Amino acid sequence: MIQMINVSKFYQMGDETVHALDHANFSVAKGEYVGIVGPSGSGKSTLMNIIGCLDTADEGEYLLEGQEIGNYSETELAHVRNRKIGFIFQDFNLLPQLSAAENVELPLIYKRVAAHERRQMVSDVLDQVGLAQRKSHRPAELSGGQQQRVAIARALVTSPSLFLADEPTGALDSKTSAEILRLFDQLHQQGNTILVITHNEQVADQTERKMQIKDGHVMEATA
Amino acid sequence: MILQSLKMAWKAIATNKMRAFLTMLGVIIGVTSLVVLVSLVNSATKSVTDTISSLGNDMLTVSISDNKDKPLAWQEVMALQDQYGFAEVAPLATASVTAKKGSTSDTIRLTGTTPGYAAIQGLTLAYGSFFNVADVNNNTYVAVVNSYTAQTLFAGGSAVGQTVSLGGVAVQIVGVLEDEEGVLGFNSQSLEAYIPYTTLMRISDSVREVGSFVVVPPAGQTADQAQATLTALLLNRLDGDAEAFSIVNATDIANAMESVIGTMTFMLGGIAAISLLVGGIGIMNIMLVSVTERTREIGIRKAVGASYASIMAQFLIEAILISLIGCAIGILLSWGIVFVIGALAPAYNFGLSIGVIGIAVAFSALVGIVFGSYPASKAAHKNPVEALRSA
Ligand SMILES: Nc1ncnc2c1ncn2[C@@H]1O[C@H](COP(=O)(O)OP(=O)(O)O)[C@@H](O)[C@H]1O
Ligand SMILES: [Mg+2]
Repeated sequence: MIQMINVSKFYQMGDETVHALDHANFSVAKGEYVGIVGPSGSGKSTLMNIIGCLDTADEGEYLLEGQEIGNYSETELAHVRNRKIGFIFQDFNLLPQLSAAENVELPLIYKRVAAHERRQMVSDVLDQVGLAQRKSHRPAELSGGQQQRVAIARALVTSPSLFLADEPTGALDSKTSAEILRLFDQLHQQGNTILVITHNEQVADQTERKMQIKDGHVMEATA
Repeated sequence: MILQSLKMAWKAIATNKMRAFLTMLGVIIGVTSLVVLVSLVNSATKSVTDTISSLGNDMLTVSISDNKDKPLAWQEVMALQDQYGFAEVAPLATASVTAKKGSTSDTIRLTGTTPGYAAIQGLTLAYGSFFNVADVNNNTYVAVVNSYTAQTLFAGGSAVGQTVSLGGVAVQIVGVLEDEEGVLGFNSQSLEAYIPYTTLMRISDSVREVGSFVVVPPAGQTADQAQATLTALLLNRLDGDAEAFSIVNATDIANAMESVIGTMTFMLGGIAAISLLVGGIGIMNIMLVSVTERTREIGIRKAVGASYASIMAQFLIEAILISLIGCAIGILLSWGIVFVIGALAPAYNFGLSIGVIGIAVAFSALVGIVFGSYPASKAAHKNPVEALRSA
């Protein structure tokens, strides 16, 4: 599913070069549920942005479903994000002026799915995350846990190959966090590939396989 | 996709109505001034040209500047009518003399002509009748005066049958013209009288032979055809010298008038169009602010798969929509303004000009495209990672 070969990303800060990612080598197979843990500033978000095609690597090779992403144009990257990736962010990243249903609908609009099909798909995924009753609420009218469910529904609606979650429970209390993690478990049981990035060991413990990142170095965690 | 972008743009505008209105203000003012100015000028032009054509659009005025010592006698000019089948021919000469009645005296403008002139100019009489052919043949001392003259010299009393001294000669008034409405709605405030051509030759020393005359083409002929006939005969009469005479066609005057007003419309329209451009700069300004404020939104849209083109389309359509809504408000406002002005000055038949509405819509759309492009491209070029990180 994912293959990273010597992937590096640098940031120039004045005279100093920050290695946000330093020769990362790893792969994730289809259907795996992987947790990536590391302290703040270790390069977790940088890694996720590259995997999610929001950003491209400065060095190395990144293959998504066997496709080399390195030379993709901006439009091709947008296409990959739309069809293959489902993002779940720490602070939800919902559009405040849109209702829950409209937020979930957004990726389908960019995918050019017909309106009547969109309605059905949106209502299906909102059902799946248990928010059928809240579809016309705006994010401000929802609790943090509910907002994150809307975000999960939005990721789910395009049936992506890969779910990418960056600190999905970072803004939630432990009870709601547990609910969100149960949703991830369900997704995994349905055969989805999930990558959860976190600095929280308990969250990582839920996963099938654990990796560690430190100062831009990615390594398999010893159990 | 366009429909989706329209929906998104509409939502964005509806979310911040006050800002959208302020953004549109420049376009509203620009469109209103464009539509109102051009509509008013067009309506005024139409009433002016209508007046000109009601004066006899096919009338020709011939002026002879050099008669080559072979002066045209008035009889010769009159004979042209039968010779060439013209509908009307009338010699024309003017002189200013003193009119005197009792203790009142003032300068009066005398027009010496023949009865045909009344028909050519569409002169209508309030009292009495116009002088006739016999009066011209016998140089009778008769006159038709305008209503201002009748009021001034006879102080409201009946003028017909009365005698007045014109240049020291006693002349009997046989007719009084109707109160005339001038081209711009003003009544003539000067003393004017029409007398037989031959009578004017007696009263004024300067009037001898015919220096100018007016012609109405034969039925079924255009002014241009009659002009060709007259040119040929005058060239023949005046030793082939085209500089010795001139023929003014009333259609030429109407055309010249229209071209002057056309230029005026163009200039006023141009000034209004510049204010529309300024409105466009207002749109660009606010759109740039809006793009900065909505950086995170752009990041989110890109994360869920919006391409460069879809972000570009979204913001561009928003700019065009703002401009077109402003345009629609401007047109409504213009309609109200023109309606009110029309009610205040009914004589001009003021109305919205459809053509300029089309131009305003097209120009507003263009302004939206031109001034929306830069902010839209700025939005589309945002890096998704940085956009997502912004507050
Ligand atoms: N746009 C950037 N410019 C400069 N340095 C950056 C930028 N993005 C990330 N970094 C640096 O790269 C390193 C990794 O950042 P990040 O991937 O956000 O870490 P994490 O998500 O694990 O907290 C940090 O040292 C951070 O300061
Ligand atoms: Mg991070």
